[in-house]
Amino acid sequence: MGDVELIGDEEVEVVATLNGKPLKRRAKARQHLADFLRQELELTGTHLGCEHGICGACTVLIDGRTARGCLTLTAQISGKSVETIEGLSDNGRLAELQQEFIARNAAQCGFCSSGMLLTAYELVQGGEKLSRSEIREHISGNMCRCTGYHAIVDAIEAVLAKGLR
Amino acid sequence: MKARNFRYVRPASLQEAYRMLAEAGGEAVPIAGGQSLLAGLNMRLSSPKVLVDIGNLAELTGQSYADGMVRLGALTRHRDLLSSAIVRAHLPLLAEAAPHIGHIAIRNRGTIGGSLAYADPAAELPACAVALGATLVLGSAKGERQVKAEDFFKGLFETDLRAGELIVEVKFPEVPTGTSTGFAELSRRHGDFALVGVAALAILRAGDIESARIVYFGCVDRARVAVSVSAALSGVAVPLEDASPYAAAIRNDVKPDDTPGLRADTKLHMATVLTRRVLNSMVE
Ligand SMILES: Cc1cc2nc3c(=O)[nH]c(=O)nc-3n(C[C@H](O)[C@H](O)[C@H](O)COP(=O)(O)OP(=O)(O)OC[C@H]3O[C@@H](n4cnc5c(N)ncnc54)[C@H](O)[C@@H]3O)c2cc1C
Ligand code: FES
Ligand code: FES
Repeated sequence: MGDVELIGDEEVEVVATLNGKPLKRRAKARQHLADFLRQELELTGTHLGCEHGICGACTVLIDGRTARGCLTLTAQISGKSVETIEGLSDNGRLAELQQEFIARNAAQCGFCSSGMLLTAYELVQGGEKLSRSEIREHISGNMCRCTGYHAIVDAIEAVLAKGLR
Repeated sequence: MKARNFRYVRPASLQEAYRMLAEAGGEAVPIAGGQSLLAGLNMRLSSPKVLVDIGNLAELTGQSYADGMVRLGALTRHRDLLSSAIVRAHLPLLAEAAPHIGHIAIRNRGTIGGSLAYADPAAELPACAVALGATLVLGSAKGERQVKAEDFFKGLFETDLRAGELIVEVKFPEVPTGTSTGFAELSRRHGDFALVGVAALAILRAGDIESARIVYFGCVDRARVAVSVSAALSGVAVPLEDASPYAAAIRNDVKPDDTPGLRADTKLHMATVLTRRVLNSMVE
């Protein structure tokens, strides 16, 4: 063999869990998860900026861990559980984060916010006491051009403090 | 941008993966975490016709320790280097290096096999693998072979991997008692690729360096032992006040060149400072 001929978009079957519900779809092999969510499922809470892993706007959770939607093929989520901002907004810890973000104006234009919230969510789930620089390190893969980050760190710190009681 | 069209296949076993790679005859590439490959596909730096997803193959996972040897499956993720008790106990150098690899979301997905196969000269793990004297187990439809890390990296993004071959696991000899390891890197922002980095192994005795094995990254074309510096440091007393007496040896190993935004003499200065820092960090 050796001569692979591709005619038209290659497709692949995807069976996964999305926001707690079963998902079974055919997807384009070359389509990354962020485009799949936005274009095929109209879940536009996952944003898309750089498309090469730098900005973090496309952050989703795969099996509970943050991942780049733009650096994950839709096909790669087969057998896994994916959560997006749409699925987590009613969840206690995320709702707390959202409130603290709003209270401190940590979401301004909102472009980074869904990714930032999911990254923060992963951090507060850990339940550890963290310094501001540790919080900063954790969110360092998510860019925000509006807030200057202080308000975001404040909001995460506030939620962490509540969790520790 | 968007990736070009390709076929995506999901082998159920390592043998099936080997077969799929062999059948596509050089037109297929494996995908593990996708954290380097997909960025390149999105930018259309490459356009393979078939992607073979090895990301769920149980044969490529796991960490173990036996008889003075740590084995890390190719799918060991960067985050596992931080959480694995085996790595922390026997290969603290890897645990020290891991937080410098990208950001949390990248570390959640990226794998050691992918990092070594990609062979970015600014990457942390190839340098650590060379410093630690690791051996890579490579497999294909034709069988397995073993290659030392120092022979594996051939040049800029170039390795000894043959078409259809996979990194199966990486074997690290345990760092012997009395040998210390150290790691340091400078980058523009934490999580960025290193401008200059050092992974080091040394035997220190009574305040002297008995022997050292220094590997630079970020400022070189590939991960390799810095032989001139390593030799020049033997018998030297630590902590070092100043590493500038070894600048000539460092220049000889690193051969720094001007790159956009960073002059050769700046790189040399950074490498010299980091060499001092890393050696001093190894003195209890
Ligand atoms: C924003 C960003 C920042 C980053 N920063 C850093 C950094 O600071 N330091 C750093 O070292 N890395 C960094 N990376 C890269 C990251 O570490 C990657 O995870 C790693 O280089 C590749 O691992 P992967 O599993 O994702 O491989 P993939 O992207 O899946 O594959 C990479 C290459 O290796 C091949 N390959 C994968 N697995 C195997 C195998 N088992 N056998 C043979 N070939 C294989 C693939 O075919 C491909 O050519 C960064 C990436 C991003 C997106
Ligand atoms: S769009 Fe994925 S990281 Fe920027
Ligand atoms: S709020 Fe605008 S980018 Fe963060």
